[in-house]
Amino acid sequence: MKLDLKYLDSTQRIIFSLVPLYSRYGYTPYKMGKFEEYDLYSKNKDFLVSDSVITFTDTNGKLMALKPDVTLSIIKNSDPSASGVQKVYYNENVYRVSKGTNTFKEIPQVGLECIGEVDTFDRGEVLLLAAKSLETLSDSFVLEVSHLGILSAVIDSITQSYGVKKKLLDCVNEKNLHSVDGILKENNISSELAEPLKHLINLYGAPQKVFKELEQLESALPIKPLADEFKEALSIFEGTGLEDRILVDFSAVGDFNYYNGIIFNGFINGVPHSVLSGGQYDNLIKKMKRGPRAIGFAVYLDLLERLDTQYDGYDADVLLVYGDSSDVKEIKAAQEKFLNEGKTVLCANNFNTNLKFREYYKLEKSGVIPFEYNA
Amino acid sequence: MLNIALPKGRLGEKVYNMFEKAGFECPSIKENNRKLIFENSELGIRYFWVKPSDVAIYVERGAADIGVAGKDILLEYEPDVYELLDLGIGKCSMCVAAPKGFRDDTKRTLRVATKFSKIAQNYYSSIGRDIDIIHLNGSIEIAPILDLSDVIVDIVETGTTLKENDLEVIKKIVPISARLISNKSGFKFKSQMIERVTSELRRQAEDRND
Repeated sequence: MKLDLKYLDSTQRIIFSLVPLYSRYGYTPYKMGKFEEYDLYSKNKDFLVSDSVITFTDTNGKLMALKPDVTLSIIKNSDPSASGVQKVYYNENVYRVSKGTNTFKEIPQVGLECIGEVDTFDRGEVLLLAAKSLETLSDSFVLEVSHLGILSAVIDSITQSYGVKKKLLDCVNEKNLHSVDGILKENNISSELAEPLKHLINLYGAPQKVFKELEQLESALPIKPLADEFKEALSIFEGTGLEDRILVDFSAVGDFNYYNGIIFNGFINGVPHSVLSGGQYDNLIKKMKRGPRAIGFAVYLDLLERLDTQYDGYDADVLLVYGDSSDVKEIKAAQEKFLNEGKTVLCANNFNTNLKFREYYKLEKSGVIPFEYNA
Repeated sequence: MLNIALPKGRLGEKVYNMFEKAGFECPSIKENNRKLIFENSELGIRYFWVKPSDVAIYVERGAADIGVAGKDILLEYEPDVYELLDLGIGKCSMCVAAPKGFRDDTKRTLRVATKFSKIAQNYYSSIGRDIDIIHLNGSIEIAPILDLSDVIVDIVETGTTLKENDLEVIKKIVPISARLISNKSGFKFKSQMIERVTSELRRQAEDRND
């Protein structure tokens, strides 16, 4: 089968570029149904981006849901007795509430999951594939990488209160340095304890620079093994030409109940939100008793529509209008002449005046004659 | 080009003066006309005036890389943006106010009139009080007078409007002031310029506090 990518929309083109990338690295396709038992989501609500799920009662009385998330289904359906790692990729639609309209929206996602005996190499490889996915989408991109283990150690050194931790985590996520002291004061915590956290909020940039500065915190906090492991995973980028696209930024956070370790987001210049997000979710996979470790990411294809610059305002290259007197063979011959020139052709007896074409032709007894048309 | 969304009105003018003092001037903005977009191509900056409550939307959706919005708007709308700096201007408080001498009858659902439904909901959930929110868009102070609500949740600057309507603050929920916010993606690609703006404005905010 010969495929001409120029006739595909942006979502289809991206899928055709990403699927071979993941396959080359040994990831196998994972296909699933549109529905899942609601129970899966009600037990893991905090893992979902939004609480709202489209539900319905199946003919057997079971409460079902249209998938708001792919990762949970992949984990649930994975074989708990399988050894080694399972590396899969998917191309699925999920159904979530859109923030602007507060209505459900179908969101196409492509992503991958690596679950089981995941090691530092696997984590590095997932990061590399995330960066390569972004490279496929645009020349101007950044992969922002953080480590929740390090962040967690820093926050744990300040407080054990869940409520305070949550507020401090919000500050980190917002790069909001000015609210930290207020939160500590409200909770009678010495502001000196927050110095490492403030340092972390301000700390972002190239991995080398960040790791050097992190060393200052290593004497006071038990983060050296985590920083070493983080550094080791990121070493996969050496010599790939992607090194300068990696930004360590601790403002990338996730729910500690599910995520741990490495967490990351992908940004493309010109797209206001992160188009890729992922992380290590060992806590979730352990909770679901499907293995010791896992990491994965998803690319949100709906956000990438704006990158599509191929639309030129024309519906087809050529409009060929034939009259009632033309027979099928004559119309087909005239159409083929244009097709052989590599043009797209719409043949019509009476055409829709809302459509726009580069060239307009009439098929008459004397042959194919161009005509002017101004909509 | 760094796109900056400023809130229209007195606060916006104060904010622009801070940017100007920080070296990011755009003289055409001070011309008396009805234009909304102003550019200084030499410095690579573009300002635009937008409705104060819309600044966060412009920034979250990337039409502006940075902007200045009140903390009230950030708490109510919860945009996914970076909150880089408290500018220390436009200071006021989000408060619960009620008619003088009001006592909360906890046997009944409390009726709360407000423009800030989410802030009110979050506050009362945090203290476990059952409430009925009455969302209004203005003249909130008359709601308790007309028995539309028991209390109001609103911004209080000097308290004069409350006093004139026989209301008083019964609880300060959160202090409000103008914040410098940034689009998360824009920050990644224009970090040097945004950091420069932030550190210059921080210096002015700190000088004011000293």
